[in-house]
Amino acid sequence: MLHTAKAEHASGSQLRQEGIGYSIFTVINTILLVLICIITLYPMYYVVIASISEADVLGRNFGLLLLPVGQINTYSYQLVFRNTLVLSGFANTFIILAVGLCVNMVLTCLGAYFLSLKGSILSRPIALLILFTMYFSGGLVPEYLNIQSLGLINSLWALIIPVSINTYNLLIMRSAFASIPDSLVEAAKLDGASHFKILIRVFLPLSGATLAVMVLYYAVGHWNSWFRASLYIHDTTKYPLQLVLRQILLLNQNSELAASTTDAGELAKYADSIKYALIVISCAPILILYPFLQRFFAKGVMVGALKG
Amino acid sequence: MQGRRVPLGKKVGKDLRDFGGAYLLALPVIIYYILFHYKPLLGAVIAFKDFKPRLGIWGSKWVGLKYFESFFSSFYFERLIRNTLTISLGGLLFTFPCAIIFALMINEVRSKWFKRTIQTVSYMPHFISLVVVCSMITLFVDKDGFIVQLINLLNGNVNQNLLNIPSAFVPIYILSDIWQETGWNCIIYLAALGAIDPELYEAARIDGANRWQQTLHVTLPGIARTIMLLLILRVGSLMSVGHEKIILLYNDYTMETADVISSYVYRRGLINAEYSFSTAVGLFNSVINFALVVLANFISNKTSGYGIW
Repeated sequence: MLHTAKAEHASGSQLRQEGIGYSIFTVINTILLVLICIITLYPMYYVVIASISEADVLGRNFGLLLLPVGQINTYSYQLVFRNTLVLSGFANTFIILAVGLCVNMVLTCLGAYFLSLKGSILSRPIALLILFTMYFSGGLVPEYLNIQSLGLINSLWALIIPVSINTYNLLIMRSAFASIPDSLVEAAKLDGASHFKILIRVFLPLSGATLAVMVLYYAVGHWNSWFRASLYIHDTTKYPLQLVLRQILLLNQNSELAASTTDAGELAKYADSIKYALIVISCAPILILYPFLQRFFAKGVMVGALKG
Repeated sequence: MQGRRVPLGKKVGKDLRDFGGAYLLALPVIIYYILFHYKPLLGAVIAFKDFKPRLGIWGSKWVGLKYFESFFSSFYFERLIRNTLTISLGGLLFTFPCAIIFALMINEVRSKWFKRTIQTVSYMPHFISLVVVCSMITLFVDKDGFIVQLINLLNGNVNQNLLNIPSAFVPIYILSDIWQETGWNCIIYLAALGAIDPELYEAARIDGANRWQQTLHVTLPGIARTIMLLLILRVGSLMSVGHEKIILLYNDYTMETADVISSYVYRRGLINAEYSFSTAVGLFNSVINFALVVLANFISNKTSGYGIW
């Protein structure tokens, strides 16, 4: 409005300048955002309070809950932790995470290093061939037959090796490597460093933040994956956690639920409570770690967006 | 390059001397892509064959376009295309703008801690696994779930599991997507908003633009490029609705609205073991998807100069 705008910094005078319309907008905007936060959080909150509510009181209490109903108890959690399938699910997922992340990081770094080579004849054509796989695939069935022909059926390796590289992550890693100054690489070469040494001593130490993003992305991917396991893993004892969850939560496989308790009446009574407790337990690791890691995740989106 | 005078042999020799070590390091990566991407791609020839596991891919008989024809003429063809498009257009119409609007709303917040709290809260659902999100949906929209109870309170009696109502499937799918992904999807817009030069706002204010006009003439053009890029990606995937969420949520009652091409491929191919037929359906879908991406990118490059490659 006025030329004094240049000196505008304090929000009070800014409001005066923007006028009454803007302050009304700010109030409405704030209210809406708070509402959105509540809507976002409520389903998660509901699950938590339902899991510690008294099972038969919960069954009679419909609608929105604001607080746990009945006697607060953790019996459903005890039942979940008694379930051997849930425990083996956790164990299998941790094995997949540990081994899978090593494979992921080694191969992604090697691939990204290759793609970031400047002046090589092969680098660009192979980059195009790799990029192509992001947009065109043979489909579900040929992939299944391929895994079968490689003898990976019913092996945890089927959940690790075929997903060793996520091409999108590979491209993020490459753009991190590509941003490393050529002079450093040249200097290392003059010192007689091999490609392996350059990767280990120059590239990796300079890409710490992106490496962290990669670990997180791959970890979340492994943690959340269930579909591949449902195709390739037949033994329930080899099921990763998410597949166990699917059996119990979505397919209502009572045989799996029964691993918690042998008492049929108790099982029926606690079926829903067990489900809520199971959801809480399975989400807890990621949601507890998440606030600390949030900035890395967000950073990954930016890096990916720069060179998509 | 240095020109054609360098003999090819010498050039290759120099390349190998310079980069041989790197090629050796990349070997596992190349093997990975051959074994897990290009081999299955080649395996997709069974779409043109009558694949019998006993005979193997190359031993099976060629049948030409038989399976494509039988898919095109089947009752499912139209329904699958319709459902796939409904869900992806629904996402384009509702899920996609939500993130932009949400980012603009957050951008207007002055208080730092409030901004950070909103972001932390709204990103959170993105990290909940699909299985859990779908389980929560299943529990909440069941007959005595709190969402159904809420609807009952507002208008009359639904009193049944919403997941068994065909017309409710797409709204459930899209609303839960909005719940789960809006916060996360807005990160990229927030980054673009943060990159807008503050002097542009200054100049607009000096020219007498009010807050709304600033949004219209500075903010929106500032994120137009980002919106365009994400729109291309969306349009490019118009015919690909992922199978995972569908498989977790649909049931026999909702097939008519919920079944999409990818879930159909899964069911016919891997549950019924009709390998050749479902490979043909999948291949048809892959080709369309690829064509759409190329087309969307081409149009965007022509009209706005922005593209994904």
